[in-house]
Order: sequence, then C-alpha cells, then structure tokens
Amino acid sequence: MKNLKAVYTIWLRDLIRFFRERNRIIGMLGQPLLYLLIMGNGFSASFRLPYTPPGFSYLQFMYPGVIGMSVLFTAVFSAISIVWDREFGFLKEVLVAPVPRWTVAIGKTLGGSTVAMIQGAILLIMAPLVGVHLSAVAALEILGILFLIAFALTSLGITIASRMETMEGFQMIMNFLIMPLFFLSGALFPLRGTAAWMSTLMKVDPLTYGVDALRHVFFGASSLRAVLVQFPIHLDLLVVAGMALVFVVAGTAMFNRQS
Amino acid sequence: MPIIVVENLLRRFNNLVAVNEISFTVEKGEIFGFLGPNGAGKSTTIQMLATLLRPTAGRALINGHDTVKEQYAVRRSIGIVFQDPTLDGNLTALENLDFHARLYGVEKSVLAARRAELLQMVELAERGRDLVKYFSGGMKRRLEIARGLLHHPAVLFLDEPTVGLDPQTRSHIWNYIRDLREKEEITIFLTTHYMDEAENCDRIAIIDHGRIVALDTPSGLKQMVGRDVINLTGRNIDRLAAEIEARFGIRGKQLDGELQLEIDRGELFIPRLLSEVGSAVESVNLRKPTLDDVFLKLTGRAIREESAGSAELMRMMMRRRRGR
Repeated sequence: MKNLKAVYTIWLRDLIRFFRERNRIIGMLGQPLLYLLIMGNGFSASFRLPYTPPGFSYLQFMYPGVIGMSVLFTAVFSAISIVWDREFGFLKEVLVAPVPRWTVAIGKTLGGSTVAMIQGAILLIMAPLVGVHLSAVAALEILGILFLIAFALTSLGITIASRMETMEGFQMIMNFLIMPLFFLSGALFPLRGTAAWMSTLMKVDPLTYGVDALRHVFFGASSLRAVLVQFPIHLDLLVVAGMALVFVVAGTAMFNRQS
Repeated sequence: MPIIVVENLLRRFNNLVAVNEISFTVEKGEIFGFLGPNGAGKSTTIQMLATLLRPTAGRALINGHDTVKEQYAVRRSIGIVFQDPTLDGNLTALENLDFHARLYGVEKSVLAARRAELLQMVELAERGRDLVKYFSGGMKRRLEIARGLLHHPAVLFLDEPTVGLDPQTRSHIWNYIRDLREKEEITIFLTTHYMDEAENCDRIAIIDHGRIVALDTPSGLKQMVGRDVINLTGRNIDRLAAEIEARFGIRGKQLDGELQLEIDRGELFIPRLLSEVGSAVESVNLRKPTLDDVFLKLTGRAIREESAGSAELMRMMMRRRRGR
C-alpha cells in the first residue's frame, strides 16, 4: 500500500508536469502532424501502395504508424527526463526518500506511458480527417494497445536513462536507436516486399509488432486487413508485452543499481 | 543514547580515502558542525549518514538505526538539504512539499497545517502557489529547509546550507536554524567551510583529509591555540609594564613599542585594568583566538575562502564526476 502510494506520487508528478507544459504538448504533436500533413499528403499524391485498391490513400496507411511514432518519441523523452532530474538535482530528493527504488522506476514508467498514451489519443481524434473511421470499441482497443506499446518503450527509455549521466549522449541514442526503431517499424512503408536484410531487421524491431497491432484494429473491419497487416494480432501483442516485461525488469534493475 | 553514533567510518573511492576511520557521537538537540575545506570529506560523510553511499568499513547509527541494515528507518528519521537544490522547478512550492509528504507518508490530516506552519517559518507563506523555477537561490534554500522538516525528522542534515547565498540571506538561514532547535526539538548536523558560521554550532568537528583532527565546543577549540591577547600602548611602556606586574601579577612582553599580555577572558580583565592604571594607557586592543587560528594550528594552513564562483564550478564538476 505504501509502495503503491510512492508509485502514484511519481506518476502524478509526471502528469502534473505534462499538463503544465502546454508548449511541450504542442511541440510533441507538431512532429506527427508534419508527417501526416506534408509527408502523408505528398506521398499520397504520387505513390500508391502495392496490393491496395484505388481509393486507399497512403495517408491512411501511414496514420497508425505516425501515432506509433508519437508514442515512441513521447515515451522515450519522458523516460529520459530522469537524466534531467539527475542534472537538476531533483533525483536526489527521490533517491533519499524512504521508498524502494523500484517504486520510482515503476512510477516513472507508468507516468511516461500515460503521457505517451494521451499524446496518441490526441492524434486519434484526427482519424476522420484522414479518412479512417473507428468505432468506440476500436478506439478503446487502440488506447489499450497504445498504453502497452508506451509501457514497453518507456521501460526501454528508463533502462537507457539509468546509465546516462548527462544529456550529451542523447543525440547518439536518438540517431542510433530511436530513429532506426521508428524507420524499421513499418510505420512509413510496409514490410512486405522489402529487401531480405531489411525485412529481417524489421522483424527484429519490436515496434513493428506494435504498429502492426494498431493496424489490426484500424483496418479490422476493412477488406484490406489481409494486405495491410503482417502478423496475427496475438503474436503482435505477445511480442510487445514480452518487450514490456523484459525492459521493465531491466529498467528497474538498472535504476536500482545507480548511486 | 546519542542520536548519531559513528564508529570507524571509512570510505574509499578506488585508491582515494575520502573519509578515514572517523568516530564521533552527536547528542539529541545539538547543533553539530563539520568544518573543513572543500574536499575534506564532509559531503561524503553526510552521504553515508543519509544512506546514499555505502561505507567501505565501519558503521553509523542514526536514531538507533544502522544506516546500512535499516536504510528506510534511517531515511524516515532524517531530513536533508543538499548543497545543490533538489526541487522540481516546474512544480509549485506547495506541490514540491506535497510530493515529499506522499513519499514520506505524512498523514493527510496533518499535512495542510504542517505545510502552512513551515512556509510561515521560512517566510514563503505567500509564495506557495508559485512555480519554484522563479524563486531566488535563497528562497529555494528556505523551501528546501521547510521540506526537509515536513515529516518531523529527528535529525536535519544541512550540507553547506549557506553556500552561494548573500550575507543577509545567510544570517536569515541561521536564524531559522537556531529557532528550529527550540521549536522542533531537532538535532542539526551541518557542514560548512565558513569559520564564522561554525561559531554557531554547539560542537564542531574539524575535518581535514578525511580525518577528524579536533572535536570540541567553539570556545574549547579556541583554547587549544592559546589565551586572549591584549595589546596596550602608553606614554611610558616600561612603567606601565612594571605597574601591571605589581598590581595583577601579570608579566607582559614588549613588542614594537607595545605591551602584550596573554590572559584568559580578556574582555573581563580590561575594565579592571583600566580602573587601576587607566591614566597610563593610550589604547587597548583585545584579540581573541578564532577558529581560523585553530585550523591553522591543526593543519598548518588556512581554510581558503574561495570565491563563490570557482567553488561552485568545482562542485558541479565534482558532482558530474561522482555520478559517472
């Protein structure tokens, strides 16, 4: 019970900060909107996905991927804020408190996941604008999947942040981990038909399964589902849940070990 | 039973011995100071007492709890104000206090009153709803002191509580610290490298190169260096010297045309002296030993008062390196 309260305390702080920093919300939404409005519309005009009938736009294909991207970035940024807390000293206040370290790691993971899910939800409101129609049940399912993906990615972020002392290494992580995770996730182009080496890499990227799970729900009712998704939904969910489990354990262990 | 018991505490960083087998006790209700230059091992000691750093050897008990075996009990017993601010600037002062209260399990029913009382004490009652990032350095430090007291700790640790603050704010902070002991029945353990601040402590441990080189009350420490010195000038120094020796039995030394007397409690002697031989005296100068003299005698060098700028910079570098 006491530990639960500690988890809640850490979680609550992340949410208070999130809702206070409107600029951050707008900033974090700006990027996916740029992808959708410019890249999505631009590509839609010039390219058509193979195997899809006329009338199905690239924008529709990309939309779940961009939501996945937004969740990816928000989750990792939230986790990396541990490094800011360390630089600005606040982490000490937490580390000297009479609560187990794992409650801090879990609270932080849940905080980051919630914030990332909210960002995803805001993007979900735009569905009708890109020509995707969702039932209320589908929207809820999507929120659930978003939370699971966000949880896995925030845990990954915490694992990294626990080893980072300053923000200097951040650019490196961005370029060599986060961007590849995003590009290889099938968010922007389908796995089907890519070169063998790339398709292998894409199959290793856990985010691929997250994005695939989203497409399952997005296009569940459509006849295109068979074309747009790659894996069975239970495999998707299993991989993302597995990733969440592995990294939440790793992240908590790493966080425990830091001084 | 003393509230803090430290026995042969040792901490090594690779080959560097930061704290070298120190032992001491602190009684309940004391203001206990750790005085020493930067890098002497003060912060390392505080970190070990606050359970943030494991001792390489030795042990420490706080409020009867072992800092290694009973971490959480120790953490509940202490409040701590670190050298560098540890507030969340994007939260308000009240939110920072609430965050702390939840982590320390402060009952909701008492929290509001406690918060108000403490903010009143540190004169931030009007600023509760303001974001901390807009606070000045002194305000932040005051808020941290309030936060450290929120859960009624038995011991409050203050690591260099006035570094980087202007003299006026420094004296303010000291007023709070002295008030605290009366209002909260709390033990205060602080580190400082300011001599004048150390004077405010009940007892001082002088630490240098990781060792405690002396531990006593401020006046006790000063007695180590010697007695008060009175310098007198007069028209006829030889006659004055003879007169003083005859009346008080004190043999003075003549230096550069001045008569120098060594004596205990010089401030009490001067009125007696002047009432007897006052007409022969032109000027009186009393010099009492300072903690600077004590430090100089014990370590062979003065505590250098670095400029705040370079000290701060140093600390930041150290902090980064420590964390790595």
